[in-house]
Amino acid sequence: MGIALPGIVVGVLGLLFGLMLGWFAKKFAVEVNPLAQRIEEILPGANCGACGYPGCSGLAKAIALGNAPVNACPVGGARVWLEISKLVGASVSEIKPQRALLLCQGGRGTAQEFAEYHGIEDCRAVAVLGLSPKACPFGCLGYGTCERVCPFGAIVIDKEEKLPVIDWQKCTGCGKCVRECPRNVLGLVSQEDQVVVACTSLQGAKEVRAVCKKGCIKCQLCVRTCPVGAISFKEGRIVIDHEKCTLCGACVEKCPTKCIVFVSRSKCVAFSDLKSIGEPTGVKG
Amino acid sequence: MDAGLLTLLKIFLSAAFVDNIILARYIGLCPYIGMSSSVANSLGMGMAVTFVMVLASLVTWVLWNFILVPLHLEYLRIMVFILVIATLVQLVEIILKKNLPNLYRAMGIYLPLITTNCAILAVTFFGVDYGYGPLQVAIYSIGVALGFTVALLLLAGIREKLQFSKVPGFWKGYPIVFISTCLLALVFVGFKGLIK
Repeated sequence: MGIALPGIVVGVLGLLFGLMLGWFAKKFAVEVNPLAQRIEEILPGANCGACGYPGCSGLAKAIALGNAPVNACPVGGARVWLEISKLVGASVSEIKPQRALLLCQGGRGTAQEFAEYHGIEDCRAVAVLGLSPKACPFGCLGYGTCERVCPFGAIVIDKEEKLPVIDWQKCTGCGKCVRECPRNVLGLVSQEDQVVVACTSLQGAKEVRAVCKKGCIKCQLCVRTCPVGAISFKEGRIVIDHEKCTLCGACVEKCPTKCIVFVSRSKCVAFSDLKSIGEPTGVKG
Repeated sequence: MDAGLLTLLKIFLSAAFVDNIILARYIGLCPYIGMSSSVANSLGMGMAVTFVMVLASLVTWVLWNFILVPLHLEYLRIMVFILVIATLVQLVEIILKKNLPNLYRAMGIYLPLITTNCAILAVTFFGVDYGYGPLQVAIYSIGVALGFTVALLLLAGIREKLQFSKVPGFWKGYPIVFISTCLLALVFVGFKGLIK
């Protein structure tokens, strides 16, 4: 019987307070935009903040008022955008789904390491030190910060190479890992077939050669090779103009350090063909 | 002066200044640091906390004296008091949303966070521990809430000035805020002799 009395007291109090709250909520009910409510039902409800609003309800309100585009939710993907656009009657023509991509190939055995790090296993912690066990000051540190911040479990650190592997089936392009990466080696790319420079180093040929086998040595062979002139060398970096690129693959073949890569044969761009969404090939960083 | 009135004044002053909940008792530091970035924000927080604190201490006083003590369920007080505080915070949220939507938006996440504000739970505990009557509890909680608001406003003012001062790199951000808090607390030690 020892449990009955406290149980009853707490139960009755809880019921009383609950009823009171319910009554007040009815009495002081604020009219919610019904459109915003329906949009919120469609949104994934992850409340990740990738859209720039505090949560899904904030975004739903903004979309209902026309302050945000129908594709403002990067997590929802094309299916969600299409449903919302049906609801609000806007076009989805400019929508492009994005995915995170690792722009570094300097894994263990490829990039040189000159020290062994014993400390907090977190890239941000290592970056704060201003030193890195990896000889390249631009390379991926590989301590798995992105793996831990990913709300969708799309990133796994490869044990042998110590580089993150991103599963594009799970990746929603929310950009959380991109924002948290202290080395800025993660980038958001559109999910179309494309050619990407997988090296962010700004160092010259000599320094890059000394520390990494797959780093960009700025030889600009790709610039000269490209038959359509889509590649240029700007501010110390190779820049690819995706508008001009025809995906011929000449630069990928010619690149002496193999740092230009061809990203995925995903077939999920056309919005008329929604069935194939969610079947892009996984890309190994 | 009337003795009863004098006692109330003493309770009020000691709650607000001598035993300032933040600067002398170090309770409720999270909203103190979190909401003190601007004077306007801290004033809104102070008002919301005042409302919840006074109502919560009154309701818990009633529950304590007429339900928990007669039934010998004193050990349930954390659970019951938290229930009261959480309900009150929800109530404030509903009312603000309806009647003062602008303040509601300005408060944002800090409104629900009052639920876990340890200062409010502490006040409800002290209120029953000191054996106060209903009027004394009310005065006491108003005093604590005023002390909280004053401390919040003081720090907010300092932090607004701090933005324009040269702070050494390793003190930037929260370290200098805590150091300022520490100096403020030292100032409040001066109130110790106020009440005999």
